[in-house]
Amino acid sequence: MFAALFGSVEQGIIYAIMALGVYLSFRVLDFPDLTVDGSFVTGAAVAATMIIFGYDPMLATAVALLIGFLAGCITGLLHTKGKINPLLSGILMMIALYSINLRIMGTTSTSSVSRSNIPLLNEATLFSKFHEFWSTLGIDNSINSFFKMLGVQYLPGTWGTLFLMLIITVVIKFIVDWFLQTEVGLAIRATGDNKRMIRSLSANTDTLVIIGLGVSNALVAFSGALIAQYGKFADAAMGIGMIIAGLASVIIGEAIFGTKTIMRTTLAIIIGAVIYRLVLALAFRIKFFDPGDLKVITAVIVIGALVIPQFIEKRREKTRKAKRHHDRVAELALTKEGTAIAETPTNQ
Amino acid sequence: MLKLQQINKIFNEATLDEKVALDEINLELKSGDFVTVIGSNGAGKSTMLNMISGALSPDFGEIIIEDTNVTKLPEYKRSQMIGRVFQDPMAGTAPLMTIEENLAMAYSRDKKRGFKRGVDKKRRELFKEALETLHLNLENRLNAKVGTLSGGERQALSLLMATFTQPAILLLDEHTAALDPSRAELITNITKQLVEKDRLTTLMVTHNMQQALDLGNRLIMMDKGQIILEVEAEEKKELTIEKLMDEFQRIRGEKLTSDKALLSI
Repeated sequence: MFAALFGSVEQGIIYAIMALGVYLSFRVLDFPDLTVDGSFVTGAAVAATMIIFGYDPMLATAVALLIGFLAGCITGLLHTKGKINPLLSGILMMIALYSINLRIMGTTSTSSVSRSNIPLLNEATLFSKFHEFWSTLGIDNSINSFFKMLGVQYLPGTWGTLFLMLIITVVIKFIVDWFLQTEVGLAIRATGDNKRMIRSLSANTDTLVIIGLGVSNALVAFSGALIAQYGKFADAAMGIGMIIAGLASVIIGEAIFGTKTIMRTTLAIIIGAVIYRLVLALAFRIKFFDPGDLKVITAVIVIGALVIPQFIEKRREKTRKAKRHHDRVAELALTKEGTAIAETPTNQ
Repeated sequence: MLKLQQINKIFNEATLDEKVALDEINLELKSGDFVTVIGSNGAGKSTMLNMISGALSPDFGEIIIEDTNVTKLPEYKRSQMIGRVFQDPMAGTAPLMTIEENLAMAYSRDKKRGFKRGVDKKRRELFKEALETLHLNLENRLNAKVGTLSGGERQALSLLMATFTQPAILLLDEHTAALDPSRAELITNITKQLVEKDRLTTLMVTHNMQQALDLGNRLIMMDKGQIILEVEAEEKKELTIEKLMDEFQRIRGEKLTSDKALLSI
């Protein structure tokens, strides 16, 4: 149990970067960008392919991020210059990327031009490299002996992955926070908030949409590259429903922690992503579910996150109104009584 | 300085709905001119403003701002020189962003946007100072989201944002029409104060005749896509609503539709 949940937390923190990307497109730009399903895999495919070719995992991850940026920019171009509806631009790019991803991974195959899966079992990844350094510190032993003292039985093999991902994700969070407060960042936010206004303040909204989608998909691809190295494989189908997973994290985070400021919202989304993975892990503890049910569980979680708050709000409003009505009736009855008492003497 | 030369615009050309929106419009504003524009619905007032801002482009004719021919310049580039306030109080500000962030975007209008922080200590002081001139206590609510402000407050903020970088041209498109009378008066006063402070070259469209007479040093009246009357400085001071109505009748040979909603007296 503890081990499974620990894995979910690790994954959640990696997927949080993808969720931040989805936040940029969906919330900040108000652009429902479905490119995500494709660009996530692109990030994984580029990183895995380069690692197979012997490039440094750090470089492979950086290139994946860059290619994700390009993919987002193309979606932006389709929408702004091609005047294609936002949803359709994203879907077109997602479909195109599916084939492109097969081709990218295909470069590692000698028998075929396309390939749908690359295992990274014995390759050096960001995580394996970090572990070489981490294991020399002996931190794992001291943390684990501490938990043993508390009586926890199943302990993770290493705390290094969690530590590394926490640092990377927190750094990304601060970069996103900073970016959204710069002059360009403010203009991007205004593009999603009031296009006409920011255009009248001399901002080229087309360029801003393109940059915004680029940054969003760069984060998504970066997350994909990390997941490939974490799970030790890249697969053409690993991006299916990614947009919904991202959206679920955003909605859960926002619902629990609010959106008062940018810094708070980005933190909320990271925690939202972790909670989402934990909920999934708990759902799979139920015997009935099969790994193939992942997508339907995801859909149900998102539907719940969208619908339940409405119900709660309606319920609250009803109780509030009922209470008000009740109080008012009591108040009126009281004044009536008052006048009745006041009137009695004159009648005598 | 603003110059419109023989501006022409036809909507839905060669269809049943064909409408001549602007018919060979010529207009020149000198630096510091404050021109009020009146006319009934469909006279072409808003179309003219949209031509100048670049939201629409003319079929023929040229638009010149400060010796630059801007006819072919896209809207966002032109806005470096043009401040605009719309009729809808919601249109001129970003509701999900804070007051200081909105002002920061206005501050960047005539500069290149880069990766510098939008609101820093120095700018915040500048924004505070500017907000104080509105006397709406907004300077103490810098971090409030603009969506929480009232219509009047939002329109006042829009005005401040439009004039913040002292644009070459200020365009006001019935910017008090959607407000209740007391708010409208407040915005009118702020308009007067901000325009006078920097002697901005201003073009203001209004449905309110009294406002058109009270504000500015020149007045033009439009009808059916043409400028049918121009009143200059000295003459304008003598002008009354009755005189304007008579003048319209003399030129057009028909009574000005004195719809109260249209030309609230």
